[in-house]
Order: sequence, then structure tokens, then C-alpha cells
Amino acid sequence: MTMELIQPGAIYTLWLREMIRFARSKSRIAGNFTMPFLWLVVMGTGLGASIQSAGGTSYLSFIGPGVIGMSILFSSIFSGVSVIWDRQFGFMKEILVTPVSRVSIVIGKIAGSATISLVNGMVVLLLTLLVGAVPLSTLTAGHMLVALAFMALIASAFVSIGLIIASLLNNTEGFQLIMNLLVMPLFFISGAVFPMDKVPDWMKTISLIDPLMYGVDGLRGILLGASRFPFLLDLAVLGAFCAAMVAIATYTFSKMKATT
Amino acid sequence: MPVISITNLTKKFNGFTAVDGISLEINEGEVFGLLGPNGAGKTTTISMLATILPPTSGTATLCGHDCATATDEVRKCIGIVFQDQSLDDELTGRENMDMHGRLYGMRDELRKNRMNELLKLVELEQFADKQIKTYSGGMKRRLEIARGLMHHPKILFLDEPTIGLDPQTRRKLWDYIKAVNRDERITIILTTHYMDEADELCDRIAIVDKGKIIALDTPEGHKKSLGGDVASVECSEPEKFAALLGKAKLAKKANVAEGGKVIATVENGGEAVPKIMALAEKNGIAVKSVLVKQPNLEDVFLHYTGREIRDEEAGEKDRMKGAMRMHGRR
Repeated sequence: MTMELIQPGAIYTLWLREMIRFARSKSRIAGNFTMPFLWLVVMGTGLGASIQSAGGTSYLSFIGPGVIGMSILFSSIFSGVSVIWDRQFGFMKEILVTPVSRVSIVIGKIAGSATISLVNGMVVLLLTLLVGAVPLSTLTAGHMLVALAFMALIASAFVSIGLIIASLLNNTEGFQLIMNLLVMPLFFISGAVFPMDKVPDWMKTISLIDPLMYGVDGLRGILLGASRFPFLLDLAVLGAFCAAMVAIATYTFSKMKATT
Repeated sequence: MPVISITNLTKKFNGFTAVDGISLEINEGEVFGLLGPNGAGKTTTISMLATILPPTSGTATLCGHDCATATDEVRKCIGIVFQDQSLDDELTGRENMDMHGRLYGMRDELRKNRMNELLKLVELEQFADKQIKTYSGGMKRRLEIARGLMHHPKILFLDEPTIGLDPQTRRKLWDYIKAVNRDERITIILTTHYMDEADELCDRIAIVDKGKIIALDTPEGHKKSLGGDVASVECSEPEKFAALLGKAKLAKKANVAEGGKVIATVENGGEAVPKIMALAEKNGIAVKSVLVKQPNLEDVFLHYTGREIRDEEAGEKDRMKGAMRMHGRR
């Protein structure tokens, strides 16, 4: 208890582990890009042929930021939940008997997983530029930096949610349930793939409590210059949400048992 | 000089007492064994000493630090090898060790030297840069021992170090454990339910049953404590004969073991055989065979508890984990 709570060396070590594991899992890397690719190329082109414009932009452009958000959401939650495997396979015990504070362990895990999600998001961003969904001509380096920082914020928030779920679940059976009950609704209601201006009021209202909605909307603001809310509002809501999730994740994680 | 002092250490889980007021002292440089059947409370005891579980009551100090209050100090002076595997399968042996060293705040140069030294000790230099998922069970154990030693701990805990390994691999692993104790001059606490393992490795053994220490001595001392030899009698009406042996003062203690044999502690094995035969004949009991031998730790356990330690199969959970590892899911 005499140790400091934030131990940079330990945080870096845990981050490094995530990087090594990510670099070695080729199937995971390939799998992460299949869905965004299908959404952009098949849905973007297919649905785009019938939907003339969505909020003043082409459908392909409209879903570009949505697909980036989706990719970050999926990979973040999955990464966070992977702590459950660390418990199942015993590696968590090894970490928990070292003199590293629980806070540092949580931060290391969030940093590592969020970096992986950010890399995923960056590749999808590149893909949207390649298929012309996001117009490169109007984007400055400044836009890009803000977009990346904002994507990192989205990733940290959802990695934390994954961690919270993992520290509360006792086995891996609940995992599929979480995906269906939480991740898919978050994705659909966020307006990632359809505009929110013509939907019924009830759906508009529900979408206000979906953190991903602010994430996707903020990305549209930066990348397309057209969004539902001002960018600063999206940033404020998402920032507050992310801070709350990191705090809750730290708490639930420190109460967690070392094994399942 | 005791490096570990335990006083009345107790752990209860929802009213079930897993560890029931254990007190003992362990000396520096000793190989100390906790021997007992599965569920005796060995792992729970180790978990409390290693700061994984808080004790319900009682205290334990390791290297002068209390395991309940000074957790970080205790963690720095101990290394632990868990009963279940705790390596990262995707990383190489060297990476697993390196990560451990980093988490303990070791500098680059020190980490590198220590890693090479320990990989040599457990003879894994050749495999150090291969991923753990390519390792055999024995290699994983050896690497875990080497990893546990990375940060120069004063005490090393080994929880059932050879469980699930084949006889040759076990024997080899014993050699490594002895080498570690000798070369690193480290105190080793190991739990086991294998008699031969405790006998071979330990300087002193605490026999644990139902959360209590029922006997504490050197392996030789334990065997001598029976005060004689062990006779194993195969006969009709074993219950009745066991009682008769006791009544006739032929045996200090006689129990019916699993499989229906009477196991009796007798003063002098050679002289006891004709007396046993005579007693059986007088009472109309048919004797099929009598075997007399020097006592081993199994007999000691039986003597104190009236039960045998059984080599139980790995639990449901362990088997499930093994199956999942094979599928490579993670």
C-alpha cells in the first residue's frame, strides 16, 4: 500500500504486452477489417444507389465516420472483455501478485487495448479516404490530429466498458449475451448507418443516451463538416462519459477476484 | 532464523473453515513441504502467505513483513509458481520472463543478465525465443520456476509443482528444484499430495488435513514416529481383525484401508508375522497374505487420519481449461 498508484514502468509493460499479442494475431487483424470493408464497399455502394442523399451528403460519405465508429466500438469492447481470458488462463494471477497497483494495471490495459482499437480505426479511416467516402481535399493535418485524438477517446471509453463487463462476469458464457444486448443496440441506435433527422422522435430521444452517437457525430463534424450537434458538445459529452467509465472500471477491477 | 512465522492463521469461506488456526515457523534456506490430500487447505494457506487472499484471523510475517498489511513488501520478497499455468501462451519464454522483471521494476541490464542466468539453470536457453504454446508441460513448469526467481525473491512458493506431469518429467523437475534451493540459497515452500515428492525434496514436512497441521517433522522423523514397521494384512472380516490386533496389543494402531486391507503399526515386523497368524487362527479369521515393510509417508498419513491420500484426478475446471487451450481460443 506504500507504492505509488501510477507506475509508468508497469503501465508501459502491460501496454507492450498488448502490442506484442496484437502483432502476432494475424487472424484477429484480418477479421477486424472484414466488417468495415463490407459496410463501406457493399452497403455504401448498394444502399447508396437507392438513397440519394443523407443530410446533404452522399450515403457513402455519410456512413464513412459511422463505420470508423463501429470498428472502434467492436474492437474496444472485445479487447476490454479479453481480461476474462487472462483470468481464465491464469495470467491475471501472475500480474496481481506483482507489486503493481491495481490502478496501474487498469491504465496499462486500457492504454494497450485503446491503442489497438485506434490502429483499427486508423486503417478504416484510410479505407474511407481510399473509396472517397471522406473527401481528402477539405481535410487539413489539424483535422486529422483532432480526429485521431477523438477516436482515442471513443476507444478508451468502450475499452473501459469491456473491462467493467469482464470484471463483473464470472465466465465467458455471458459474452455472447453482452454482444447482443449491448454492443449491437449501441451500434444501431447511434445513427452510424442511417441519418437521425427523419426518424421518429422516440428513436431520436433514445439515441441521446448512446455514447457512440456522440462519437460518430463528432467524427462527422471533423471529417465531413456536417453534424447533428456542435463538435464541442460531442467532445464534452464523450469526454465526461469516458472519465466516468475509466473510474468505474478501476473500481470494479480492484474488487475483482484473480481467478474465475 | 525463521523467515516465515505463522500464528493461528485461519481462513473461512461462508462458514466453511478451509484453514483452521495454523501456527508454524519456517527457517531460511529450508525446503518446507505442506503435504495433504486435495482440499486440505494447502493452496489456501499459500494464497494467504502470498497476499492473494486476506486471512480471516491470525497473522503471518514473511521476511519481517505482515502478509495482510504490508502486501507490497511481501510481494517483493516472494516468488510463486501457481498450481495452474499462469504464462502468456502467445509470448515467448524470454518475453514472459522479461515482462515479469519489468513489472518488478528491474533495469534493462540486470533483467538481461538474470534471464540468461536462470534460463541456463532450468536448461531452456534453446527454447527461450519460442512461444509458450509450443512448450511441453514440463518446460512450462521450468519456465514458471525461472520466472518466479527473476526478481531475486527470498522465498519461493511452489503449489503442486509436478501435478499432471509424467514420472520422468517429475523426477527431472525435482532435480531443478534442488538446484534452485542450492544455487539460489532460497527458502522453498511447496505443497504436494505426492508422498514420494515430499520425501525426496523436503527438509521438513507438515502433514495437513482438514485445515489443520496434524504432524510436523523431518521425513525420517515422521517415519520413526510410528515406532515400528507397518504390516498390511489381507484377510476375512478386516474390521473385526483390526479391532482384535489392537486389543491383543499386537499393533499400536490398526485401520482398515481402502480395498479392505488391515494396515497395522507393529513394533518389529519380522517377529510380528507369526503372532498375527496365530491371532487370526485363534479367532477363525482366514488370512490370505501378510506384508511387512518399513513405513513410508503414506503410512504416516494413514496412521494419523485413518485415511489414505488419494491421487485424485484434475478437477473439472482444469480439464476444461486444457481443452480450451488445445483449441487455441483466447
